[in-house]
Amino acid sequence: MSNTDFVLAIEDLTVSFDGFKAVDNLTMYIDKNELRVVIGPNGAGKTTVLDLICGKTKSTSGSIKFMNIELTKLSEHEIVRAGVGRKFQTPSIYENLSVYQNLEVSYPKGRGVWGSLFFKRSDAVVSQVKKIADEIMLTDFLEMEAALLSHGQKQWLEIGMLLMQDPELLMLDEPVAGMSAKERDQTADLLNKICKNRSVIVIEHDMEFVKKIAHKVTVLHQGKILAEGAMDKVQEDEKVIEVYLGH
Amino acid sequence: MNASLNKLVGGKQGAIGLALLAALIFIILPLGVDIFRLNLVGKYLTYAFVAVSLVLLWGNGGILSLGQGIFFGLGGYGMAMFMKLEASDPISTKIQTTPGIPDFMDWNQITELPWFWHPFESLPLTILAILVIPALFAYLIGFAMFKRRVGGVYFAIITQAIALILSILIVGQQGYTGGVNGITDLKTMLGWDTRTDSAKYILYYVNGALLIGAILLSKYILNSKFGMLLLAMRDKEERVRFSGYDVSNFKIFIFCVAAMISAVGGAMFTLQVGFMSPSFVGIVPSIEMVIFCAVGGRMSLIGAVYGTLLVNYGKTVFSETYPELWLFLMGGLFIAVVMFFPNGLAGIYDKYAKRFKFLRKFSDTQPAEKVKATPVSDIKEMGVKA
Repeated sequence: MSNTDFVLAIEDLTVSFDGFKAVDNLTMYIDKNELRVVIGPNGAGKTTVLDLICGKTKSTSGSIKFMNIELTKLSEHEIVRAGVGRKFQTPSIYENLSVYQNLEVSYPKGRGVWGSLFFKRSDAVVSQVKKIADEIMLTDFLEMEAALLSHGQKQWLEIGMLLMQDPELLMLDEPVAGMSAKERDQTADLLNKICKNRSVIVIEHDMEFVKKIAHKVTVLHQGKILAEGAMDKVQEDEKVIEVYLGH
Repeated sequence: MNASLNKLVGGKQGAIGLALLAALIFIILPLGVDIFRLNLVGKYLTYAFVAVSLVLLWGNGGILSLGQGIFFGLGGYGMAMFMKLEASDPISTKIQTTPGIPDFMDWNQITELPWFWHPFESLPLTILAILVIPALFAYLIGFAMFKRRVGGVYFAIITQAIALILSILIVGQQGYTGGVNGITDLKTMLGWDTRTDSAKYILYYVNGALLIGAILLSKYILNSKFGMLLLAMRDKEERVRFSGYDVSNFKIFIFCVAAMISAVGGAMFTLQVGFMSPSFVGIVPSIEMVIFCAVGGRMSLIGAVYGTLLVNYGKTVFSETYPELWLFLMGGLFIAVVMFFPNGLAGIYDKYAKRFKFLRKFSDTQPAEKVKATPVSDIKEMGVKA
């Protein structure tokens, strides 16, 4: 595979678990500054695709190139350092640490053993934490223990922890699950804001939310792409209505 | 107080706690008890090194090692080998078949000092070995386990198995290790008689100073970003990994540091008690040390020291009257601590100290910005009360 202009180029990607192909010969390209939403019924392989990109699951065959770096051979932390951030489905934050510490720990300096022992809380760190806290609407909660945040705030905090690393590619697995209508709107605004300088892949089930944010939609079904394109076009696709959206 | 010093002692409260402990070790106990009992306290304080290492490893890192006796033993045996060689000079061992080697070797028909004993003829090399060998051994175990992502109960079982293997090895290789009796009759260090009262006082103080040093080192680690990452890993290891950290390296490092601290305790044990035996290496001592740490509070470095002193004091008092019941009592104590006081003595202290402060907060009228700077733990407390 030759070099491309795409931020992410997935080609012929397959993973099989004991013969079951969770992702089957998938080819997908993500542009710079694009916000792509991946939808599909349960078991379609959406989360598995994210797992493959971030290295949590190893592929059986195929290639994933991020800014022309082959990711399938890298370990998890190397993929993150290359510029890929991933949010998990259930909010995955450090409950025992304060909101401030959660963000500070995610700052991409002092990532080695010795680096972390001699890491100094510089002005750059403090201002970055404050800037991100402002973006994720948690400025007033910086000193609070993260365990005490509401579910929606925890989701935002995890997004903020990823933003601290300023990734080129951000992957979010169901970021509005369990959120109130108001929080969903705020999250949509947040996503529209943060995709300005980076590419974002979002997995989501909530169609109203998808409409608000998606540039392009990919529909997965049984590990394969069923349809891809603008939201309104995909919504009218016969096959998509058949397997996912319903009549 | 400047920033780095602050990091070292952990703020004003940390400094007070440390000063109280230092006063107890350096002033109150030496004035309060005779040298026989002080030597006993000194022995207990060598276990406190292990308890402190478990606060790093288990309390903060979530890595339960049931084999810290391995490292305590390696440190202790290192020092014992040096002192044994000094006690086995050709003149005092002239009745042996081969003079100049340790007596137990002679009894086991060994006629030449084994190669791995030779470095222990020199004190600098011995001190180096006491620090480096346990760290190296911990590195090997850590590398093999953590790189394969072995953790939790599996790690605990494997460390326990290694502790058992090492103690069996020591017992089995009688000619090289002194076997089940251990290495005994240790008298001098570079000609200095360690059995006199004055030497016991000096060793007690050196031991206390090293313990405070180990606590300061641990505090520095816990107050750095490394310490924050330890807590983060204990909570959500995946999140740390997917934030760009190689989690296994952090675990290997803290395991090595814990091994070194335990080994220093072991070496000080040998110096103060005058012998080392496999009964300080195997499963039982390793688990006892976990209990010391749990009783003191597995999140509190200073609490671990008090926990060690208290449990050992209880052991001394109780086992004089009911020796066979002591193990049952200690088992019960461990269960009670885990079930009812998961943060041990330190947790109980924190709870009541905070409650007292909380009440004071209401009686005082505080300026607004001071309220805003309330530490996280207090906010939680207030949330519970509200």
